[in-house]
Amino acid sequence: MLNIYTGALKVPHILKEWYKEENSSNYGAYISFVGTVRSEDGIDGLSFDLYEPILYSWFHDWEEKAIKLGAKIKMAHSLGDVMLHESSYIAAVFSPKRRVALELIDEFVEDFKANAPIWKYDLKDNKRIYAKDRSTAISGSGLLAKG
Amino acid sequence: MVKVEFLGPIQKPTLELEITNLNELPAILQADAEVNIWLESCAVALNDTLVSSLEAPLKDGDKISLLPPVCGG
Repeated sequence: MLNIYTGALKVPHILKEWYKEENSSNYGAYISFVGTVRSEDGIDGLSFDLYEPILYSWFHDWEEKAIKLGAKIKMAHSLGDVMLHESSYIAAVFSPKRRVALELIDEFVEDFKANAPIWKYDLKDNKRIYAKDRSTAISGSGLLAKG
Repeated sequence: MVKVEFLGPIQKPTLELEITNLNELPAILQADAEVNIWLESCAVALNDTLVSSLEAPLKDGDKISLLPPVCGG
């Protein structure tokens, strides 16, 4: 399950809903990761663009991978502006035993940072500035620079 | 006619081109200085699937997307 919300995520509500959805599914472990906007470099907040068609297919591949391990992945992400101390990202893994969930959440969040088609901007002095230095080129980038 | 769209921070309107293979695209985009600076760091998708080779025949209505470096979360 992947949900996109405009603006900040309602973290307690989403985590509670996910718990309610799965608490009778016989999973022994529920591990969540919440990403919250920190105050640094004078920013007022962050802003996000995303490209849904590829984001959904990227997430679907992870859902399939999780199913093979007997696990389930859920994710929520913000679109647009998210201010300081609000949250823009939640990922969670449910699995029968803790080890699969612990390993999968780590792998999933790392791949999310490297390959999910989401672009981050700093909100600062009424400007929206692309976070170029903190961004990562998707695997296989650069094809068009050759030839 | 195929469409080339520029995602995220690349502030560039969608292009419409008469090309029949993806391998014709580098020369066209490299000639545009505004776009050229992004090419080294961009991934390419054809009809919303990332590609690993530019050897791909194109048909009318195909959509090509350029995806610059990402940072979710």
